[in-house]
Amino acid sequence: MVAAPAAEGSPLRVREVSKSFPNQDNAAARTHAIDRISLDVGASELISFLGPSGCGKSTLLRLITGLDAPDSGELWVGAEPITAPSAERGLVFQDPNLFPWLTVRGNIQAGLVARGVLHEKRGEVDEFMRLVGLESFANAFPHHLSGGMAQRVALARALINHPKVLLLDEPLGALDAFTRMRMQDEVLRLWQARRTTMLLVTHDIDEAIYMSDRIVLMTPRPGRIERILTVELARPRQRNSPEFLRLRGDILELLHFAGAEEKAEGGRRKAED
Amino acid sequence: MNAAPAAPTQIAAAPNAATPAVAPLPERLPWKTLLALPLATALALAVHFFIARKEPAEAGFTGLSDFMPWVESRAYLLLLGTVLLTSLGVVAVQKIWLGLRQWMRGMCPILAAAFVLLSAWEVITTGLQLLPMPYFPGPAAVLQSMVNDRAMIFDSTWHSLLLLIGGYALGVVSGVVTGVCIGWFEPARYWGMPVLKVVGPIPATAWIPLALVVSPNAMFSATALIALAVWFPVTMLTSSGISNTRASYLDVARTLGASRSYLIFRVAIPAAMPNIFIGLFMGLGASFLTLVVAETVGVKSGLGWYLSWAQGWAEYGKVYGALVIMAAFFSTIMTVLFRVRDRVLVWQKGTIKW
Repeated sequence: MVAAPAAEGSPLRVREVSKSFPNQDNAAARTHAIDRISLDVGASELISFLGPSGCGKSTLLRLITGLDAPDSGELWVGAEPITAPSAERGLVFQDPNLFPWLTVRGNIQAGLVARGVLHEKRGEVDEFMRLVGLESFANAFPHHLSGGMAQRVALARALINHPKVLLLDEPLGALDAFTRMRMQDEVLRLWQARRTTMLLVTHDIDEAIYMSDRIVLMTPRPGRIERILTVELARPRQRNSPEFLRLRGDILELLHFAGAEEKAEGGRRKAED
Repeated sequence: MNAAPAAPTQIAAAPNAATPAVAPLPERLPWKTLLALPLATALALAVHFFIARKEPAEAGFTGLSDFMPWVESRAYLLLLGTVLLTSLGVVAVQKIWLGLRQWMRGMCPILAAAFVLLSAWEVITTGLQLLPMPYFPGPAAVLQSMVNDRAMIFDSTWHSLLLLIGGYALGVVSGVVTGVCIGWFEPARYWGMPVLKVVGPIPATAWIPLALVVSPNAMFSATALIALAVWFPVTMLTSSGISNTRASYLDVARTLGASRSYLIFRVAIPAAMPNIFIGLFMGLGASFLTLVVAETVGVKSGLGWYLSWAQGWAEYGKVYGALVIMAAFFSTIMTVLFRVRDRVLVWQKGTIKW
């Protein structure tokens, strides 16, 4: 069975983390991507990061993967400090970034090959292909796949290592609206089956409300946490329930997108819904 | 009955948008396509008969040649006759053989054109003698000298093949190794790139004077020169392919638990493969050039040597024969490399056709 008996997720601790990059126009100045961010994520929690571009969502995710090191501050997964990338923290980008030279099967088992455990765990490859519904595409190359299928492969590729934390950097951003909604259910299903701790970066408010336990609102320049909202709605959530829409309105207001004219238009759109 | 087997090919081709649409194979090919090749060979035969008869029998031959003036050039006649009979046979067989019909549709027009060109060549050279002899023999004479000299031509081709394979393999292996080092390791790039940029562009043939002095063995220096000619483009393209590996592929691999050797051998090198193949093709072209020059200058065997040897004796039939063999030899090797490329890069969306 793919569904793990116990929760696979680990809690995540972020303490006073800052990261800046050299400014492209002015070598002396630095852009502060994120500034003294602290956050606790519970084991098996699904938490989203929401905010306009430039608020440091993706930077924070890269720090958690260990691909980049923070200027200051500390990050922990369980009791382990994060110092380098590891198979314990999976990553899925907006672009599926499948290895085009490998088939669907080759991509999904890449993590096992990389860790040198393919021989013992070969059976899991088929399980994960079934889990994401791609068993009949095992020998197809990525350029034959649709966007949704490719992203499912990317999810399976990240999950096969049984990561304690799965980092999703706008994974559904490039999909059309309908595929996207279907994939949101798919990700939720995987999350419920595996109880992996998931961090989801998105700029789609509906997606954040539909999926997360908590929503971290971020503001740009420098990237800071504005507020953390807990989504109390029971799953499966209704995208058009009054509570859902109310929360959506609150978030728009907190992000300062509910200006005078925009408020009126937002109200009209709500009425149309 | 014939339409049914054609249908699956259509369906199989449909999902792959990258493949250019192939027009459906008709139930029967138009007469123009079917008869193009027999007509063209018949024309070549007629031209040949007419010109050969007009030509006076050469001195020193027995009276037999008066009755059969075409005996001297029987190779060309045999070729044309065989092609004519085969093409007529093919026209009959294609009714029941689908694959052959597909092949004929593609090949008949171009083959017919080739035989029309042969007849034109014969008319211009042997027939009207518009071009100065002995520099421009007709097709019959060229084919005849090839047939007469077949042992030597075979031997030369064999030697060229050995030299080419040795030099090319050496160049490819060393080129890929240095290319990966320069592309991946920063110190290797710092120290290696300037050498590559300064020494690489020198044509390998320009080293010949030095090679003649330094090396005691012509075979050895020719192999080294070919390897050098191949090494430069392969190194250049490999290193650029490696260093331009998409950063996100490497990031994903790291989060999957990849070691450095996985990153190099399972991510960077596959990602660089399309580039590496461009280098392999460029290197192959350079290796042909270097091979012919090296054989002309130093090595006393091979097609390049045969070419200049025949020219030295003013046997231009053999010169053209060597050119024909080279064309067949080099394009066959090119085709083999394209086949290898198609195998290795099946995963690529659109590939350049040969």
